[in-house]
Amino acid sequence: MNMSTPIPIIEALDISNSFGAQLVHDHLDMTVNTGEVFGIVGGSGSGKSVLLRTILGLQHPQAGKVRVFDRDLTSMAETEIHEVKASYGVTFQAGALFTSLTVMQNVQLPMLEHLNLSPRALDELAMLKVRLVGLPPEAAYKYPAQLSGGMIKRAALARALALDPRLLFLDEPTSGLDPISAAGFDELLMGLQKELALTVVMITHDLDTIFRTCNRVGVILERKMVSDTLVGIVNNPHPWIQSYFHGGRARRFGAVHGA
Amino acid sequence: MHLKFTNGPRTLSILLAGEWSIKTLPLIESEVQAVSFESVKMIEIDARQIVISDISAAWLIHDLEMRARAAGLTTSYAGNKPVAVQLVSQTLVAPVDNLALDESPESFQPITALGHQITERIAYWISGLAFIGELSMHLVRSIMRPRHWKPISIARHLYETGITAVPIVALIAFLISVITAYMGAQQLRKFGADIFVVDLVTVGVLREMGVLLTAIIVAGRSGSAFAAEIGAMRLNEEVDALEATGVNAIQSLVLPRCIGLVIAMPLLTIIADIVGLVGGAVLCHTLLDMPLTQYVQRVNESIAPSTFWVGLIKAPVFALLIAAAGTYRGMQVRSSSRELGRLTTVAVVQSIFLVILADAIFAVIFMELDL
Repeated sequence: MNMSTPIPIIEALDISNSFGAQLVHDHLDMTVNTGEVFGIVGGSGSGKSVLLRTILGLQHPQAGKVRVFDRDLTSMAETEIHEVKASYGVTFQAGALFTSLTVMQNVQLPMLEHLNLSPRALDELAMLKVRLVGLPPEAAYKYPAQLSGGMIKRAALARALALDPRLLFLDEPTSGLDPISAAGFDELLMGLQKELALTVVMITHDLDTIFRTCNRVGVILERKMVSDTLVGIVNNPHPWIQSYFHGGRARRFGAVHGA
Repeated sequence: MHLKFTNGPRTLSILLAGEWSIKTLPLIESEVQAVSFESVKMIEIDARQIVISDISAAWLIHDLEMRARAAGLTTSYAGNKPVAVQLVSQTLVAPVDNLALDESPESFQPITALGHQITERIAYWISGLAFIGELSMHLVRSIMRPRHWKPISIARHLYETGITAVPIVALIAFLISVITAYMGAQQLRKFGADIFVVDLVTVGVLREMGVLLTAIIVAGRSGSAFAAEIGAMRLNEEVDALEATGVNAIQSLVLPRCIGLVIAMPLLTIIADIVGLVGGAVLCHTLLDMPLTQYVQRVNESIAPSTFWVGLIKAPVFALLIAAAGTYRGMQVRSSSRELGRLTTVAVVQSIFLVILADAIFAVIFMELDL
């Protein structure tokens, strides 16, 4: 990780989004640098998922620009966006695995869409990704309905890694997992992030995950984003941030992290 | 070219060059597959000149090494083995090849397959009977306790399955009676028996076609909607949520749909009957130059007191069959969105089949009763 000369990989500038009369983002700025793990934090309904969808190019912002890999997503043609989509991986809140396909077929789907590989290479590469996220080989032949919550999260990660993206978006990767599985997932994520030189953007409410994995954190506050290093954010005097990181649920971290 | 070969004595040196990433993977893969290990005892892979930009590219180098080993060669790397390739090798340490075999279909054994089919069928009939039993139990129970009726829910289904279906039911009834009258007129004209077109339309529409066509349209519209709606609720675990709150799913999801449809179908049938008779009148008037007064008089002469009721009595029975098939299939959805689609199709096909079967049974009964 090279923190001294940050190279931005995502720049969302001056983003505004609204639903009817309700303004969700009001000239919000967000920058993610190459190689970092960036956590997005915010109250329920503060527009975290909308922001993620905007950056992914699934939703057009009412105003502002999104630059990913130094290319302007907001002024791109459909075919170009298709190309950019091959260069990032996403996992969704509930896993969003295709229920009619096995884990293996789920992982192969992005490859079939974007690459022209032999059946053998498809099988082997998909199996490699399945093993990479720590699933046993036999899990590759199971359907999502036959997997536990933790395995679904891992399988979703394997699918997100199918095209070897540099950039990974995770929407609540550890929600619904028991603390041990969540810790396992964090560990896996950190290992993969180092070995595959990934940039990770994640939405999470899991303070454990934030403290274990994130380099920088962006908090959505009053429709704008305040971002800083983890230590910087934890020491931010804003009352909402203080109660988020130092409230009853967070108190036990104070001693551990010296924040 | 991504592979450059230098043949030494018994050693093949492979120099990797060019771009090694997932984008160039298909190209490199064909080159790797074309490597021949004939008359070579050793290969040396030199990856020092390339940047391995992702794990898929690293897998190809690993794959090249594995192919050479499988051919009985010794392998080595010039310099260190690249870190990414090490990661791939470590990830794939445990052999996985024979695991894939476990999943391959077993050889076909006719007796076992027949046994499976039979037990499956039996289980299938039993679960169908259980559903009918549960449904009737709740139906009886709710009739005795009107407090448990869900009037709002029933009204919603009455609206969705009944009122919104009026235009299409009316249109179809009109067209079918016009077609019947037209075809009938062509044949009967040969005998100079034009007037009997009215009998054909009246008896045909009132006894059979009005109710049967309405049932088929309703099966397509509402049978599929019931199955899809309840099936999606099952996938979202909404049905489990209901049961966990102590609300019975049959009582709150299945019964209102059945009752709503049982009310809606006879009403739709009456509309179909009326529009059908109007259609006959329009055709007789324009094609056969029959005055409307004569048409009405002939209609009165051609029907027995029971004709209308014989058709109408079937409507609630058909409604119950359609609603039961649709909701039953919806409740069967378990795990995947594909199942939802399959069972919705099954619901429509079965409800149409059941309707026609019931119609045949009614025909026999009415004949025996001399109606």
